[in-house]
Amino acid sequence: MQTLWYALLSAMLIVYVVLDGFDFGAGIVYRFVARTDAERRQLLSAIGPVWDGNEVWLLAAGGTLFFAFPKAYAAGFSGLYMPLVILLWLLILRGLAIELRSHEPYKLWHDFWDGTLQFSSVLIAVILGAGFGNLVRGVPLNDAGYFSIPLFTDLLPKPWIGVLDYYTISAGIFCLAILGLHGALFLVWKTDGSLRARSILVARRLWWAVLVMALITIVLTMFVQPGFFSPLVDRVWPIVLVIVSLAGFFYVPTALKGTADLRPFLGSVTFIVGSLAAMAGTLFPNLIVSTLDPSYTLTAYSASTGPYGLQVGLVWWIIGMILVVFYFVFVYRNLSGKVSEEAPRQ
Amino acid sequence: MLWDRLQFAFTVTYHYLFPQLTMGLALIIVFMKWRYLKTNNDSWNAAARFWARIFAINFAVGVVTGIPLEFQFGTNWAGFSNYAGGVIGQTLAMEGVFAFFLESSLLGLFLFGEKKLSRRGHFAVAAGLCAGSWLSGYFIIATNAFMQHPTGYAVGQNGTLQLASFWEFVLNPWAIWEYAHNMSASVVTAATVVASVGALWKLLGKYNEESGMFLRVGIITALVASVLQIFPTGDQNGKLVADYQPASLAALEGVFKSGSRAPLAIIGQPNVDEQTLENPVVVPGMLSFLAYGSFGATVKGLDAFPKTDWPDNIPLLYYSYHIMVGLGTLILALMAIGALLLWLRRLDKSRPVLWLLMLAFPFPYIATIAGWLTAELGRQPWIVYNLFRTTDAASPMVNTGDVVFTTIGFVGLYFVIGVCFLYLVGREIAHGPVHAERRG
Repeated sequence: MQTLWYALLSAMLIVYVVLDGFDFGAGIVYRFVARTDAERRQLLSAIGPVWDGNEVWLLAAGGTLFFAFPKAYAAGFSGLYMPLVILLWLLILRGLAIELRSHEPYKLWHDFWDGTLQFSSVLIAVILGAGFGNLVRGVPLNDAGYFSIPLFTDLLPKPWIGVLDYYTISAGIFCLAILGLHGALFLVWKTDGSLRARSILVARRLWWAVLVMALITIVLTMFVQPGFFSPLVDRVWPIVLVIVSLAGFFYVPTALKGTADLRPFLGSVTFIVGSLAAMAGTLFPNLIVSTLDPSYTLTAYSASTGPYGLQVGLVWWIIGMILVVFYFVFVYRNLSGKVSEEAPRQ
Repeated sequence: MLWDRLQFAFTVTYHYLFPQLTMGLALIIVFMKWRYLKTNNDSWNAAARFWARIFAINFAVGVVTGIPLEFQFGTNWAGFSNYAGGVIGQTLAMEGVFAFFLESSLLGLFLFGEKKLSRRGHFAVAAGLCAGSWLSGYFIIATNAFMQHPTGYAVGQNGTLQLASFWEFVLNPWAIWEYAHNMSASVVTAATVVASVGALWKLLGKYNEESGMFLRVGIITALVASVLQIFPTGDQNGKLVADYQPASLAALEGVFKSGSRAPLAIIGQPNVDEQTLENPVVVPGMLSFLAYGSFGATVKGLDAFPKTDWPDNIPLLYYSYHIMVGLGTLILALMAIGALLLWLRRLDKSRPVLWLLMLAFPFPYIATIAGWLTAELGRQPWIVYNLFRTTDAASPMVNTGDVVFTTIGFVGLYFVIGVCFLYLVGREIAHGPVHAERRG
C-alpha cells in the first residue's frame, strides 16, 4: 500500500511538472518570444484558461503527501522553510500577473506585470530544480525526524549545507532550461505567426542548454551523492525510463523540422515524464534522505499513516481522478486549436 | 510560536475575505442567471455579468492567497502536521481533488464562454461553479471541525493520529452546524455587498433598473440568511460549544464563577486578574436557557477549569464573540427595515436607509472575522481539542527570525494585493453594469 501511494504521489508530481511546467516555461521565455502587446496577449490567451487548473495539481499532490506521509510532509516543509515561503510568494505574484495584466489598458501596467511574470517564472523553475537537488543530495535529518537548513551558506554541498549550493543551483538551472524548452515547445504547438516562429528559434537554443546542463548535473551528482546511481544496478525500470526519456529528448529537434506542431511538445513531455519517473524509481523508497545517518532517512514505510487511512484515501482518490480526467479532457477540447494573434481567445 | 500564530491568523483571515464573498455571490449569480432564463429580461443577465466580473477579481485573489495556507501547515506547524496529518490531510487533499479541479475547469468557461454556450449551458456552468465553491468550503470546515471536536480518529503506535472511521470524520456533527453557520454568513456578506452597490447607484441616480434589482435581491437574501445565522445555526453552534468546549463557553460569555441561572452579558469588560466582569449589562438566567434550555441550568464558570486549560486570550475572545453577535443583530435589523420599506414601495425615497445600506458592507466582513476569532481563540490552548496543545504544534526547528521575516513579507505582499484589488473593484463599480465585456 505504501509503495502504491509512493507511485501515485510521484505520478501526481510528474503531472504537475508537465502541466504547470509548460505555463512556467511560457513565462520563462515570455519577453523573448512575444515582443509586441498583441503577441503577449496571444501568449497569455494560450496559458490563461489553464494555468490555474494546472496549479491545482500542486495542491492535490501537497495534500496527498500530507495525509499519506504526514511525517515527510512535516519534515520536508519545515526543513525547507525559506525556499518554500519564497516559492509561495512567487506563485502568488505570478498568478496575479496572469490574471490582472488584462484588466487595464495602460502600457506601464502591462510592463509591470510582464516583468513580474517573467521574473517569477524564472525563479520558480530554479527553486523547483534546487528542491529536487536537495532530495538527491540529502539533508541533515535528525533522529526526531526534523531538519533545518539555511537558504545558503558557503555554496559548497558539504559539510555545513544550505538549500542552495553549487550542486543544487546547477540542478535549478537545469530545471530552468528544461521548463523553458517545454514552454517554448508548448507555444510552437498552441500559437501561430511570429510568436510560433520565435518560439522555434528559442526552443532550438534551449535544447542545447538542456543538453549541457544535463551533462554538468549528472557529473556533479556522481561527486556529491555517489550512491544515487547504485540502485540502478539491480533495478530495470528506471533504466528503461531513462532510455524512453532520452528518446523523447532527441526526438525534439527532429520533430521541430517537421510541420506537425504537437510532436516536439510530446517529445518534451516524454523527456520530463521519463526522467522524473526514473528519478522516483531510483530514489524509492526514500522520501527524504538524511546526510547524518542513513537510519534517519524517511521512507515510504517509516513516514506513512495507518493502513485504514491509505485504503480509504485510495477509494476517493480513484473516484476523484476519474472526474479530473473528465474535466481536463473537457477543458482541453474546448480550447483545441491554435491561438491566433488576431483573435485572442481569452 | 507567537509569530507563527500571528502569521497564520493574518494569512488565513486575509484569504478568507475573498471566498467569503465568492461563495455567497456564486449563489446570487446563479439566482440572477435563473431569473434571466425565466423572464428573458436582459437586465438580469447584465446584473449577473456585472457580479461575475467582481466574482472573477475576488476569485483570483482568493486563489493566490489560498495557495500558501496548505503549505503553512507544513512550514510553520510541522508538529501539528506530523501529529494530525493522517486525518486532516485527507480533507485537504480531497478539497484539491474534488473542488479545486472542478472550479478551475468551470471558471474560464463561465467568464469567457457565454457566447459559445447556450443560455441553459451557461446557467449550468454557473451552478457547477457555485457547487464547487460550496464543496470546497465543506472540506475546510470539516478540517477545522476536527480541530474543534475530533471524531473518527485513533491514536497510532507512534502516538500520532490516524483515521479510524472516514464517515465519522467527514460527517462530524460539529462540521455540519459550523458549515451551515459559515455558509449563511457568506450569503449575508454577498447579499449585503449586492444591496450596498444597489444603494450606491440608487443614491447616485444611476442604472435605475439594475440598482433596484440589487436592492431587492440583496435585502431579501440578507434578511433570510441573517435569520438563519441566529436560528438554527448560531443557536446550534452555541449548544455544541456548551457541550464540548465548556471552558470556551465560559470565557466567551465572561462567566468566571459557576452557578445556576447564569446571566447573558450584553456589554461588560472582563477583568481576568480579578476574575470578574466589570460594568456588566446582563439578562438574568438567559445564558442557562440558551445553552441548556432551562433558566435554572448550571453553567460552569472558568473557576471550574484549571488555569492551564483556559483560552489564552480571554478578553479578545470575549470581545470577538460580542462583536459577532452585535453586528449580526444590527445587520438583521437593517435588512428588516429595508425589507419593510421594499414591501411598502418606499425604499427609493428613503435616502437615510439607502445611506445606511450603502455603508453597511464592511459589517458582515467584520462579523465573520470576529466569528472566526471566536472559534479559533475559543479552541485554545488546544490545536486539536483535548488532544494536542498549540504549544507543541509549531515547527521545532524553524527559528523565530525566519518566521518574523516571512510574516513581514506576507504583510507587504498582501498590502500590494489589497491596493490592486480595491482599485480594480472600485473601477468595476464605477463602470456600472452596461459597459461592454472586455476581452483579453
